[in-house]
Amino acid sequence: MSKTSVNTNESFFKKMIHSQIFIPIAALLLLTLFNLIWDPSFFKINIGPDASGNQVLSGYIITILDNASELVILAIGMTLVTAASGGQDISVGAAIAIAGSVILRVLCGSDSRSTELQAPIIVAFIIACVVAMLFGAFNGVLVAYFKIQPMVATLILFTAGRSIAAWINNNELPIVTDVSLSYYGNFIPGIPIPTPVFIAIICVIIIMLVLKFTTLGLYTQSVGINEKSSRLNGLNPELIKLLTFVILGLCVAVAGLIKVGRFSTINYSVIAKDIEMDAILAVALGGNALGGGKFNMMASVLGAYVIQYLTTTLYKLKVSSDALSAYKAIVVILLVVLSAPIVREKLAKLGKKLKKKEA
Amino acid sequence: MEKKIGTKKSFLNIKDMTDTNLLLSITIIVFFLMYIGAMIFLGEGFLKSQTFFNILNDQSALIIVSCGMSLVMITGGIDISVGGMAALISMSCAVLLDMKGGSLVGSMGLAILIGLAFGLVQGYLVAFLDIQPFIVSLAGMFFARGMTTIVNTAPFNVANESFVALKNTRLNIPGVGSVNKNGDFVNAYVEIGVIVALLVVIVMFVVLRWTKLGRNFYAVGGNKQSALMLGINVKLTKFLSHMICSFLAGIAGYVYFMHVGSGSASHASGAEMNAIASSIIGGTMLTGGVGNIIGTMFGTLSLATIQNIVTSAGLDEAWWTGITNAAMLCLFLVIQSVIMAQRKKAQVG
Repeated sequence: MSKTSVNTNESFFKKMIHSQIFIPIAALLLLTLFNLIWDPSFFKINIGPDASGNQVLSGYIITILDNASELVILAIGMTLVTAASGGQDISVGAAIAIAGSVILRVLCGSDSRSTELQAPIIVAFIIACVVAMLFGAFNGVLVAYFKIQPMVATLILFTAGRSIAAWINNNELPIVTDVSLSYYGNFIPGIPIPTPVFIAIICVIIIMLVLKFTTLGLYTQSVGINEKSSRLNGLNPELIKLLTFVILGLCVAVAGLIKVGRFSTINYSVIAKDIEMDAILAVALGGNALGGGKFNMMASVLGAYVIQYLTTTLYKLKVSSDALSAYKAIVVILLVVLSAPIVREKLAKLGKKLKKKEA
Repeated sequence: MEKKIGTKKSFLNIKDMTDTNLLLSITIIVFFLMYIGAMIFLGEGFLKSQTFFNILNDQSALIIVSCGMSLVMITGGIDISVGGMAALISMSCAVLLDMKGGSLVGSMGLAILIGLAFGLVQGYLVAFLDIQPFIVSLAGMFFARGMTTIVNTAPFNVANESFVALKNTRLNIPGVGSVNKNGDFVNAYVEIGVIVALLVVIVMFVVLRWTKLGRNFYAVGGNKQSALMLGINVKLTKFLSHMICSFLAGIAGYVYFMHVGSGSASHASGAEMNAIASSIIGGTMLTGGVGNIIGTMFGTLSLATIQNIVTSAGLDEAWWTGITNAAMLCLFLVIQSVIMAQRKKAQVG
């Protein structure tokens, strides 16, 4: 009797190790363990007034949840694009610059120092959504209909994006003085949790509902696994690929709103810099095949939080922001090597050998 | 389809050309059209021979990097760590020369060593552990950029005498030059880096065209499965492609260092994307198996020429460079894609 229970335990453990979501969860636990040992005050959450007198929560955990928001939102779109087209969009950072620039352009009108909003924020956001989706569609058309590899096709917008963003505002740096824009990037008075956290959670819930109640997930995966047989089954692979890029465009617009909301202004060359790399890493850390096919949305979202967790942990250890990337790289390589199928197989064999020796 | 063996191969017969040659000739034709157009419409600057050689001087490092990038792309991979490596090498060599009192030869050795070390690790991870090259080299890029600031944060110019002498060495080209305002004949010159770049291009061209190893790269990139069945060591070939790419990036890092003469963490930012763009414009395909080193060189020169055209046409604002580069890349990609699709149709029909 006891023997069988051990067996089921083992198989459960094995199942967990082989399940996709194991990698981000393991990374999350490792980081948490490290922080607990290094300095438990990492997990302290304070409540106190911020610069404008609101009672708000602060602490490293809140920082992680807050700063990961853009990454989480991008990871959603990136996962879909990766699954359907087997490639990644490297232009999301530049596209965020465009979306942010559009929002500021609409809000400020022709005067970059205007004190009043020239249009409601929702209008600016909708226009930014349309623009970002158009740029997403541009990428999508290149990938789906011209059959250009996604990384190469999006290289175009990657090169031009920040220039276009600067051109939209005549290379001026508009500043919005109205506080209502900053609600989207910081705090709404009376609510102690940063708004981006809510926006990210809403986005995750929406995509989960969409995946649950529509065939989007099934279709993207089938196109990613085998385009030809998907076509024979009556799908339109081109349209689905295009659709994933448009969805990513929508994600970009939301991330752009948060980014501009944080600072109420924009710096074309710095805003969302290198975020495309982090977004792709989030997808990879989630254990999704970068070559397309099956995906696990929750794993990607967790992957995004893990990356921000890592970044914040490194900041806490007084690593300068320039040197940060070196440490990040080492952790990433370790994670990727450990999750590589070949290495896992070898480790499993090693484990079996050790067990045999014990027996 | 039956192949006619007896007919003479003519260069201009588009149907008989391989994919590689077709894309190569498009690139070369576009480059010359662009340059001649610039000569006619913008005149002055472009009529001086030195303008052309200055493009070579500026781009020599990028040409070398792009050669390595093309090789990796032909084998079906990608390496985006090359720009970061160039920054790391220039900073490390600058520190070695000025702060640690190292010798000139020592700094060259260091550059090659850094290149080989990156190649060893990245190649091993990609080829033998089967991890996606994009992720591996992404981490490589992060690592190189971060290490650069760890080595030294502040940018500085190198004052080492023998290095400055090497940096300022100019090789005059006999018989080529222009007459300046005073009526004196000024010889056109190139820097040492250009000679290195041309050597690299020639060696790489010969290796890829006429050696067994070179053909293996194409075979592995074109179809891994059939390459394996032909008895090619696929893993080793992949490993070597990354090794050579990083080795070339090491050389390019030093050439870049010789050109700018300083160490800085922001050096060569975006060089990896420029190298990829050059390779693509030169007719290399990211899917692997198609590409040509000569095309890559012309791809780099085309990108540089269009930048020169933009600046001399008076469109000085920084954003124009980004937009024109992107427009050019877009144009080439669409041309390639359309031509390839039509050829496929013709082959089927």
